[in-house]
Amino acid sequence: MTSVDAMTIVEEPRGDALVLRPIGDVDLSRSPHMRERLTKAIASPAKRLIVDLSKVPYMDSSGVATLVEALQHCRKAGKKLVLAALQPKVRSIFEIAKLTQVFDVVDKVDGAGA
Amino acid sequence: MSQPAPEIQVCVLSQPRLLGAVRAMLETFAERIGFCETRRGELVLAVDEAMTNIIRHGYGHAPDCRIWLSLRELPSPRRGIRVEIEDHQAAFDPEEVSGRSLDEVRPGGLGLHLIRQLTNVCRHERRSEGGMRLVIEKFCDDASTGPSPAGTQTPGAASR
Repeated sequence: MTSVDAMTIVEEPRGDALVLRPIGDVDLSRSPHMRERLTKAIASPAKRLIVDLSKVPYMDSSGVATLVEALQHCRKAGKKLVLAALQPKVRSIFEIAKLTQVFDVVDKVDGAGA
Repeated sequence: MSQPAPEIQVCVLSQPRLLGAVRAMLETFAERIGFCETRRGELVLAVDEAMTNIIRHGYGHAPDCRIWLSLRELPSPRRGIRVEIEDHQAAFDPEEVSGRSLDEVRPGGLGLHLIRQLTNVCRHERRSEGGMRLVIEKFCDDASTGPSPAGTQTPGAASR
């Protein structure tokens, strides 16, 4: 039995943006897979990455760390990272970590200019 | 006076994919005791972060180590849950462990900060048989979860 799970992440190009929609809980077992997908997305031609979190009911600090890392990589690459549609539990962890001011957070994917 | 036996006592292997099962168990137990959804979510996240820390830092991602969880309902009049999380990692000095500053934006180092922020009691102890024990208490009627009581926060070098 492996200790890491793959997770479903739907990708949807929208103009110059790429929407990534992870589905399910993001914890220590799944954040490595999300990191891998984000790394590939940052290397793609898309100028903006929109992470649609509407299908993520739970996220732990490993998931948050993955998104912080992606944000830093995006900034270095001159790209924009937007978080959209955070569910209450996920929003709560970002608020406790004082990260809602660090990320661009929007209520809906459409609000991210996609 | 010895405390009563825990209502639930389980041993979990140090595998990230098992964290979801522990979260589900804890969520159900907390709901039966009367925790609202918000407080349940806070307790579940705190325990999940504690186990994640053990898997990553205590056991270095080795998948065959053991983590013991004990859940007790706190006696009346204080409704709540006491969770003890034990491991056999190399003992460390709790005074040397801290979460990172929240003003510092970087990946990692959030786990311990979250545990302290989301619980009413958070205390590391050395086990007499080796390893560490983390004692967490969370109250049902906790209107404003904040930092744990004085003495349980330990500024220091390592970041978890």
